[in-house]
This record gives sequence, structure tokens and C-alpha cells, in this order.
Amino acid sequence: MSKTQKAPGGVRSKGLTDYLNDENVRAVIYQIVAIALVILAGWYLVSNTLANLERQNISTGYGFLNLEASFGISESMIDYTPQSNYATALMVGFLNTVKVAFLGIILCTIIGTIFGVARLSSNWIVRKLATVYVETFRNIPVLLQLFFWYAIIPNAFPAARNAFQPLPDVLLTNRGMYIPVPVADNAYDFMGIAAIIAFIVIYFINKWATKRLDATGQPFPIVWASLGIFFGLVLIAYLIGGAPTAMDIPALKGFNIQGGYNISPEFMSVLIGLTIYTSTYVAEVVRSGIQAVPTGQWEAAESLGLKRSIALRKIILPQSMRVAIPPLTNQYLNLTKNSSLAVAVGYPDLVSVSNTTMNQTGQAIEAISIYMAVYLGLSLTTSLFMNWFNKKMALVER
Amino acid sequence: MANSLKLPPGPVGSVGQRSVIWVRKNLFNSWLNSILTLLAIAFVLWIVPPIIEWAFVNSTFTPTIEACRAVSGACWGFVNANLRLILFGVYPFDQQWRPLLAMIVLGGIIVASLAGVKYPRMQKLIIPMWVIGIPVIAILMWGGVLGLTYVQNSAWGGLPLTLILSTIGIVFAFPLGLLLALGRQSNMPAIKTLSVVYIEVIRGVPLITVLFMASVMFPLFLPDGVSIDKLLRAQIGIILFTAAYLAEVFRGGLQAVPRGQFEAGDSLGLSYWQSMRLIILPQALRLVIPPTVNSFISMFKDTTLVVIIGLFDLLGAVKLALRSDPAWTRYYVEGYVFAAAIFFLICYSMGRYSAYLEKELRKGERR
Repeated sequence: MSKTQKAPGGVRSKGLTDYLNDENVRAVIYQIVAIALVILAGWYLVSNTLANLERQNISTGYGFLNLEASFGISESMIDYTPQSNYATALMVGFLNTVKVAFLGIILCTIIGTIFGVARLSSNWIVRKLATVYVETFRNIPVLLQLFFWYAIIPNAFPAARNAFQPLPDVLLTNRGMYIPVPVADNAYDFMGIAAIIAFIVIYFINKWATKRLDATGQPFPIVWASLGIFFGLVLIAYLIGGAPTAMDIPALKGFNIQGGYNISPEFMSVLIGLTIYTSTYVAEVVRSGIQAVPTGQWEAAESLGLKRSIALRKIILPQSMRVAIPPLTNQYLNLTKNSSLAVAVGYPDLVSVSNTTMNQTGQAIEAISIYMAVYLGLSLTTSLFMNWFNKKMALVER
Repeated sequence: MANSLKLPPGPVGSVGQRSVIWVRKNLFNSWLNSILTLLAIAFVLWIVPPIIEWAFVNSTFTPTIEACRAVSGACWGFVNANLRLILFGVYPFDQQWRPLLAMIVLGGIIVASLAGVKYPRMQKLIIPMWVIGIPVIAILMWGGVLGLTYVQNSAWGGLPLTLILSTIGIVFAFPLGLLLALGRQSNMPAIKTLSVVYIEVIRGVPLITVLFMASVMFPLFLPDGVSIDKLLRAQIGIILFTAAYLAEVFRGGLQAVPRGQFEAGDSLGLSYWQSMRLIILPQALRLVIPPTVNSFISMFKDTTLVVIIGLFDLLGAVKLALRSDPAWTRYYVEGYVFAAAIFFLICYSMGRYSAYLEKELRKGERR
């Protein structure tokens, strides 16, 4: 939009002031100034950093990833020894982050949903108890809660010698929990493959059923069929593999417990702390999701003669999901990001391993850039998924 | 209007009858609920009496280790003996009235600012209060003038540090976040991209990584010979982090202002900044007060993360007190419960106030 004035007699030629008052010209100038400032600041910081690094004789680059790490990591999901390189160590940390975040997300969803529903219960005492839970744990910093659990867990349980057995073959000690696990066998690999095949088959059956429903109106019991296919295929694979029953059972040998799968106190404190803290937020999301669906929707479903279960599945849930899923994903992301607090209780997550790497090699910028990039990647992937999901779920209006 | 509608819905029946009705309606209205009620009562009876016994009946406040060893319940004596260490960290003992006074001033300004939302007459005072208050707090904490002895900020600690880090964090993040939000709404592509990249990058990473960056990488960014201390680095990290979150809060407010308001500003011939200052921001900022208070609450809780980079905020001071004497180390539950109670009181009351404000603002909309 040009604000150039037109003189009555004819077109006045544009002077410098006219250009400076032109919105478009100004926009270009502002943007050039902004970019120039950012580049200048960036250049200043980079040149300072390079000068400082040179003075401290630190070489830049990611070459250090191939060097021997020579530090131990207390728990790992892949083969790792101090002789492994730094890249493997960081991978171990990443997998540990994924492990605690994945379990935390599942658990906080279950617990959060229970408390979210309980806060809307018609039962006064249930409602109040749920409110006390939510208000207490969401108003105490999550780091304090982690410290608390980490102080409690090793002190609350006995030494390995007189381990506490809550269930047969499950041992609780001050070094964590030991649970029996099946001994590795080919059959479990078969079951994994069968599960993947089952998912593919279910996907296509689902597609076919939707198509048929749209075309003919005939419903197909997709839930039961999917469950049948999944468990059927996995069971067949288990039987083909020879139905192994051998278990690795933890038992006291000498002063320590051998065998079984060890869940460390560090892992337990991080998992319990993150789960409880995030579940309070999930509870609020669930509550507002349910409250967002007007009662008129229930009444409408009833007057159409739908059964309560069908009304819930086809009418209520899709609407409350639309409200609840974006903030729920946000909470999942928060939990994943908060899992970086594991560094404070010594659980070897990505940040903790990176910090050890940083202290040993002095490669501060590289180590920090790696974990920032990983978290950023996780967040951006999630928000891309959310945008896609929102588009899919958005109300189609006239 | 039918006359019957005017009947006052007053209580019917005696107190006893009414309570029976209430119990039936709220506790035993179905089989499932009756079972749940009994289970919940059993749970409360199972968990509450032991806690009360531990915390109040079998506990001691006597600040000696002998008294604590003699009781089976809580040793509040640990908190009692180390109260000033927990609350003020390693700030010089005889000078601790200064952080106490600073904390009172800061708390007063926060309460007055929050109340200002409700009472328009106080609104004009909010900015002057901060402009005067922050230097007063700085003088009290640092000293070195007016006859106060100088205290290095490596000696700051405890609750005042927690309050200062989170409050200064949000006060300085406020203008930065506002600029970022305006930048994100801008139709200049370069400015918009810069804002979006900043906001999304910061929001995509955990606070602890920003703090590590601040404590490890900031020294590398500065030219040789210039150094800033750990506390200031953490404070800058917190400001940069909070600004990204506030920017998203402000964006919500800006988007809630109807388009017609922007157009009205344009058609009055106001410049961009004039229409922002006079028309858009007063409306947008009013809407974002409750979420801003919520951001402050999460900031207040997240400030505890500075423990990990070696500062002694309230939580850090508790850990310091636990380590100060090996005899006290086993009373960590009492220490953590005390810190948790302080955090809970502050966060819970602010949360309630923000919920109340939200309701009040919605009342205005409905009219």
C-alpha cells in the first residue's frame, strides 16, 4: 500500500521520505536490520568461541565419538563395555531415556485417566481423594519428588540377604527390584515377527471393513477380529517355536542376587516420580476432555436409540479425544523432556551420559548439541504428527 | 413467569434428615459407589492415622540429635536446627535479615501485582513498584552501599534465591516474550521465521539442557577476560527459556482479539505500535493473565533445577543441611517434606488465584 500523495495537477515524483514512509520498503528495511543483527551476534559469539577453544587447545568436531569411552554405565539395553566408543555410550543413554519415557507415558496415562474420571465421580469421597492427589503432586517440583523417591527407595527395602518377596520370585532389595524373565529362545523372535505380521493384516482388514461399512452399511466386529488375529498369530508362533517355559529366576548367591532382571533404584525413582507428577496433568486433561462434551450429546444418542456402549464409542469418545489429545501429547513431551532430570539421581539417561562424555573429552559444545538435537528432533516429530492429527480430526464444517 | 418458580429453594427437613439424604446421594447412590465409598474410607483410615502419628504425635521439635533419636516419629528438630541454613543458604549469618527483608519486599510486590488485576486503582502502581522494588532487592542482597557489607552472590541461597530466580526470570522474560509473540504474528517473513525458530527450539528442549548450556557454553561465548558468574548465567538461561513459553501464552491472547480490532486500529490511522499499545495489547494481555500466572507457577517449580548446576536454592539448601552433619543425613524425609510444604503453599495458592481470575474474566465476557 503506497501512501504516496498525488498532487492535484499531476503525479509528484517520489522523494526519499516517500520511500521511507512506504510500508513495504520499511518492512524490507526492518527485516534486513533484524537479519544483520542476528548474523552479527552469531558471528561475534562464534568467533569468541573459536578463539576461546583455541586458547584452551580444544579441537572441535565430532571425531571424539569413535574414541574409547572407558567409563562404565550401570544399566544398558544394548551390549556396552567401557571399551565401547562414545557413540555407543550415547546410544545407551538415548535408549535409557526412551525406556523410562515410554513406560512413564503408559503408566501416567493409566493413572491419570483413573484420577481424571474419579474427579468427576458422583461419589463425594472418591472425588475429594482424587482432588487431594492431583493438587498435592502437581504443586511440588518434580525434581524434589525425584530426590524424595531416590532417598526413600534404597532405604525402605532390606539388603539382598533378607530380600522382601511381595510375589513369588520377585525380590525387593535396596539395590532395586529383581523380577524373573524368560530365558532367551528362538520362539520369542518368532512371536515378534508374528506380532508385526498381525499388525499388517489388521491394518488391511480394518481398511476393508471401513470400505464395506461405507458401501453397504454392514458393520464388522473389527475389535474382536483384531484381538483374535493378534493373539492367535502370536500363540501359533509360540507353539511353533516349541513353547519354551524356562525362566531366569533371581536368587541370592553369596552377598548379591544373581539372575532375573534388575530394575535399579535409580530407574524406579525416575519412573515413579515422573509418572506421578505427569499423571496429575493427565488427570486434568482427561477431566476437561470429558467435560467438553455437552450432555446434549448423550441425550441425542439416547434418542437415536443407540446403546450406551455404542454412544460412548461412536459419539462421546471421538469428541472428547479431539479436545484431549493435543494437550495429552504435550504432557507426553513434557514427561520425555523431564526425564532429563534423571541426571540428578544418577540414572544413566542421554543427558547424564553426555555430561560424563563432556567432562572426559572437554567437547562441551558437541555434547550439548547432540542432546539438544535429539530432544528437538523428538519434539518436532511429535508436533508434526500433532498437526497431521489435528487436521484429520478437525471438525468438517460447511 | 409462573409463581411456583419464585419459591425459595430452601432446606427441607431437619439437619439429621438432610445429612442422611446427602450421604445417600453422594456416597451410596449405587452399588458400585457404595463399594467405592467403603474402599475409600478404608484407604483413608489405613493411610491418614499413621501419617498424623508420624508427623504430630510421635514427633519432636527439639533441635537436638538426641531428642530425634528418642522419638519414633518425625524429627522436625532437623528443620528447627537448620531452619536458617535451609531458608537462607550460606548467606552470612548475622546479615540474614537482608534476604528476609528482600523476600518480604518481593512477596509484597508479587501479591500487589496479582491483586492489581482485580483492583484497577492499583494497576497504575504495578510498573513503578517493580522499577523501585528490583533495585531495592538488589541493594539488600548485594549490599556494598549504604553501610551494608558486600555479599557475593555465590553466597546467596535458599528461598530468597528461588524467589529471585523465578521472579526476575518472568519479569525480564515478559518483554522478550511479548516481542517474540508479535514477531510470530508479523507478516514480515524474516522476522516471523526468526521468532518461530527461537520459540520452537527453546520449547523443544528440556530446561536442564538450557541451564547446562548456560553454565558450560556461555563462558566460551564471551571474549577473553570477561566472565559472568554462575548465578547470572543461570538467570539468563531461565529468562531465555521462559520467554519462549510466555511468547506462546501471548500468542494465544493476540489470537483471541477479534480481527475487527486490528482493522479498527488501521482505519483510525494509528501506526502499528500505536494500535498495539492502545487497542490490541490491553485486550490481549487481560486475557493472558491467568496463563501467565500458571507460567510463573511452573517457573517457580522449575527453578529447583539450578540445584543440578550447583546453586543452592531452597531444595539445594535442604540437601546442604542434610549433608552438613552426618547425624542429620537420615532425616531426609523431614527435610524434603518441609521444602515440599513451602513449594505447595506458594504454588497452590497462586494456582487457586489464577483459577479465580479466569472465572472473573469469563464473567466479563458473558455480559
